[in-house]
Amino acid sequence: MGILKIKDLSLKIDGKQILSNVSIDIWKGHVHAIVGPNGAGKSTLASTIMGLEGYHDISGKIFFKDKDITKMSIDKRAKLGITFGWQEPARYEGLSVLDFVLSSKKTKDIKIAKKSLKKVGLNPKEYLHRAVDKTLSGGERKKIELASILSMDPDLIMLDEPDSGIDVSTLEKMFEVIKELKRKGTTIVLITHSLAVLRQAEHAFLMCHGEIIQKAVAEKIIPYFENKCIPCPHKNEPDETVVLNG
Amino acid sequence: MDNDFSTKDLSKAAGISHSEVDKPDIARLFIHHHKVVGSHLVPGLKIDTSERKDGIKINMTLKKGTKIRKPVQMCFGMIPKEGRQHIIINANIEDNSHIDLIAHCAFPNAVKVEHIMDAKISVGKNASYSYFERHVHGDKGGIKVVPKAKIKLSENAKFKTEFELLKGRVGLIDIDYEVFCDKKSVLEMMARINGKKDDIIKIRETGHLNGEHSRGVLTSRVAARDKANAEIYSKLTASGSYARGHVDCKEIVQDDGVVSAVPIVEVNNPKAHITHEASLGSVDSKQLQTLMARGLSEDDATDLIIQGLLS
Repeated sequence: MGILKIKDLSLKIDGKQILSNVSIDIWKGHVHAIVGPNGAGKSTLASTIMGLEGYHDISGKIFFKDKDITKMSIDKRAKLGITFGWQEPARYEGLSVLDFVLSSKKTKDIKIAKKSLKKVGLNPKEYLHRAVDKTLSGGERKKIELASILSMDPDLIMLDEPDSGIDVSTLEKMFEVIKELKRKGTTIVLITHSLAVLRQAEHAFLMCHGEIIQKAVAEKIIPYFENKCIPCPHKNEPDETVVLNG
Repeated sequence: MDNDFSTKDLSKAAGISHSEVDKPDIARLFIHHHKVVGSHLVPGLKIDTSERKDGIKINMTLKKGTKIRKPVQMCFGMIPKEGRQHIIINANIEDNSHIDLIAHCAFPNAVKVEHIMDAKISVGKNASYSYFERHVHGDKGGIKVVPKAKIKLSENAKFKTEFELLKGRVGLIDIDYEVFCDKKSVLEMMARINGKKDDIIKIRETGHLNGEHSRGVLTSRVAARDKANAEIYSKLTASGSYARGHVDCKEIVQDDGVVSAVPIVEVNNPKAHITHEASLGSVDSKQLQTLMARGLSEDDATDLIIQGLLS
């Protein structure tokens, strides 16, 4: 069953076509990957789904849980159950990890924050009262952002380049969290150009030059992506002979 | 006016637990308007007060070598809606001593209140003095706060001051602190103020790093929302060899608020070094959108970011 449906989505930024007629269905409780080389439009697609600033010059429709969210603000989309994890999470001078991790919660229950931090492999005693600022490494901020998402407990999570800037053990932890989220029925969309991340997904959408050029189970996408996209030999011009739309 | 209020009234207005500070090992001085309504001293600390109609004079001496373990609790305030409080402080922190002061300044009902402070502080050799001033104001904005201080740091002395005004309306605040730093002394000054509606914030902080190896940091964190207006002048001069300093202004402007931040650095010794950074503007877009992606409204996300910055 599709929890998120994108219908003929196109986007222009400064008059330039960035996304072209993207149509995808994201299945509830499954792990998906939007994969492609740099500049393919993956992060742009996720940013447009979240409704981020600068991604509003669009045509087409976005439905979440059968509601048209195309014109909704970010917070309203989030309240419906979508969230987004940045490739490089923001820093907040003075804002404590505790306040950040519980930002989605009206009732500030420290137990929830502790539980979320433990799940991402961080010791609550060490981190709860630190600030989410430049004293934390990129990997630590990435884990803390994931903890904030776990505390929110959304229905659909989009993670942009979840392996960016983190070490192998952190990545393994992140994969464990993704598996656990899937077990509890959360829908995941991984934005990636990494084979290791792609292998976590059940379904994949291959993007090139702002278009979805292939959608299939991840197992089928992996060989094509591995052989044809790393490195990308055609400078964002899809190889027509292997395009398998639908 | 003065006899009607007790230390408990002031504690309540300042949001502090009276039982927490009413202990034999905690020195305290509570002043309502121009009258001492409660005090307690600990060995080595001498405070003489002189109550006058137009002000109250406080002479404080920390004896040589005295190290006070627990912060001294001070509470200055006026509970009535109108009035003028003028506090004149002369503090002499003698050599090799240490003191931390927490000053709670409460003006919960101010409609037409002035709080004026004139301080002269001398920190002796190897002595350290920290002063945390936390203001609690009401929501009417009818208050004018004018703290002025001249501070002299002797060799290897440490001076740290933090001014915090986060609760209630600022009204008009006009801070003017100037610190003269001798050899190897250390200066830290920070102001954190949350302005809204038609509040007016003026901060002038100056540090003179005159001594060799003296160090100083001036930090300001101000939010100006609605129609609040803030002017921040942070000046560090360095004439001592190997003096090191930094000026850090980070201010947030929302709605029709206006902030002018002027970091001034002046070095007249080639062996001294001062840096500065200033950032003024709206809240960061990525910070805001991250919190909105967790379901916070734009206003709530902005509040949380400002709360963090000013914390």
